Amino acid sequence: MHNKSVAELSRELESGKISSVELTREYLGRLKKEDEQLNSFISITEDQALADAHAADEQRAAGKATPWTGVPFAHKDIFCTNGVATTCGSKMLANFVPPYDATVTENFRKAGAVCLGKTNMDEFAMGSSTESSHFGATTNPWGLSKGEKRVPGGSSGGSAAAVAARLVPAATATDTGGSIRQPAALCGVTGLKPTYGRVSRYGMIAFASSLDQGGAMARSAEDAALMLNVMAGFDPKDSTSIDREVPDYTATLDEPLKGLRIGLPKEYFADNLSAAMEEQVRGAIRDYEKLGATVKDVSLPHANLAIAAYYVIAPAEASANLSRFDGARYGYRCEDPKDLMDMYTRTRAEGFGAEVKRRILVGTYALSAGYFDAYYLKAQKVRRLIQQDFIDAFREVDVLMSPTTPSPAFIQGEKSNDPVTMYLEDVFTVAINLAGIPAMSVPAGFVDGLPVGLQIIGDYFSEARLLNAAHQFQQVTDWHQREPQ
Amino acid sequence: MTISRKDIEKVAVLARIRVDDEQVSALEKDLGNILELVDQLSAADTDSVEPMAHPLNAVQRLRPDEITETNQREAFQAIAPATENGLYLVPRVIE
Repeated sequence: MHNKSVAELSRELESGKISSVELTREYLGRLKKEDEQLNSFISITEDQALADAHAADEQRAAGKATPWTGVPFAHKDIFCTNGVATTCGSKMLANFVPPYDATVTENFRKAGAVCLGKTNMDEFAMGSSTESSHFGATTNPWGLSKGEKRVPGGSSGGSAAAVAARLVPAATATDTGGSIRQPAALCGVTGLKPTYGRVSRYGMIAFASSLDQGGAMARSAEDAALMLNVMAGFDPKDSTSIDREVPDYTATLDEPLKGLRIGLPKEYFADNLSAAMEEQVRGAIRDYEKLGATVKDVSLPHANLAIAAYYVIAPAEASANLSRFDGARYGYRCEDPKDLMDMYTRTRAEGFGAEVKRRILVGTYALSAGYFDAYYLKAQKVRRLIQQDFIDAFREVDVLMSPTTPSPAFIQGEKSNDPVTMYLEDVFTVAINLAGIPAMSVPAGFVDGLPVGLQIIGDYFSEARLLNAAHQFQQVTDWHQREPQ
Repeated sequence: MTISRKDIEKVAVLARIRVDDEQVSALEKDLGNILELVDQLSAADTDSVEPMAHPLNAVQRLRPDEITETNQREAFQAIAPATENGLYLVPRVIE
């Protein structure tokens, strides 16, 4: 049963072949057994899951089911869950039990889905390897059969590893600079980062508010579409949420791709990409040509500045967002503070990990007197140039395609002592967040037995087209069906 | 651009994060490398470019000036490190 997709499980529940309680018990059993070596979950909410499964079975019996009623899944531990610990991977929030739900959490609850627990992540979503979690690193299920402990990518590495290992059929995730797509690529699953503002950020613990976007991690594009149907929509509680009609993302999955114009950004097929990675990605693009798409080279001339702009803007926003963690109202507080300043400085020194502190300091520096124009304002101007590159490209083509990452999953510890090397893991993904456009990563091959992701980038609010393109690719390939041993 | 020990100590005070001498040395290297990466921005010609604060050029929404939130003080104070009589307790500020 654990090998079935969300769509298949939904059909099994509808036909009465299995109940949600049976399904939930099976997944919980598997999760408790298999996650010991992966550490993809921070918490497992067994009692709540079984209670929700009972309720879901009653809902189905009453004829009030949605496609999600009784289907198990997991939330990244960045989404607030009423009455359930929400840690954001940090010691600072290790004891935080929110008294409210995030809008995304509430939407899945209303749809009748069964949350099995909260997945591991880089602390406050800062990282590309899920090694900076206070609750220990997550291990990529790929490579384990050879005795290798590889990273699952980050920051949604827990969600990606759990979906890849078939511990859950789907999980929520968030993407500030590539944190859905990069782990999806390294774990061989399908990840979707929607347009900025498409999914509410209310109750999603903020890292960089102008970049953060909740999205979907699943095994297939069809399942990602089912997730987005639940997640997307206007939310008056989020001032950056966009008031725009939400289509049924499953309705257009089967449309043929004949005539689809694909652009290949030449800057994303440059020296930093290995020949083996390029071969896999170009192989996937040839599959698209067989499906009737046309391909042309395009240019994103400011692509080389994306990482630099991102590492000013994201830390600057993080330094403001994380100022709320001061030991006064919730979360960790140091022992016996002697005065207010001592409480603030020791609480934050003890509660935050090294990468979070680094980014807060960089952000504070970039925003401080004398440096604001040179760093923050300059980065926001470069951000406009990067956005304009995409606007120009989408005048010529319907979607852009590229590798998601420059290389497959690396060994744990290989890059954790070198922040700049780690930052370059997101070299193909950060520009998309700066522009606020949607993008996906879909499994597209293997290098040395490790998954390779194809990134599909679209214009604003073109999620349906991306999902359609990914789904059609998954009808003629089986990369997304491959399972780690 | 390099960052000095003095700069790091100053920024740490602004950020309300205590750092000891050993950490300052490590931060000097790491932050220096990050700022070197960020310095690539200076190569871009941005003279006539408007800074971009929001990808969709959205403006702040307004809503009617009506109370919509209910009082949840007890729920929020239940998760605070220290409270008394409905107030948040912090170390004494005024003797």
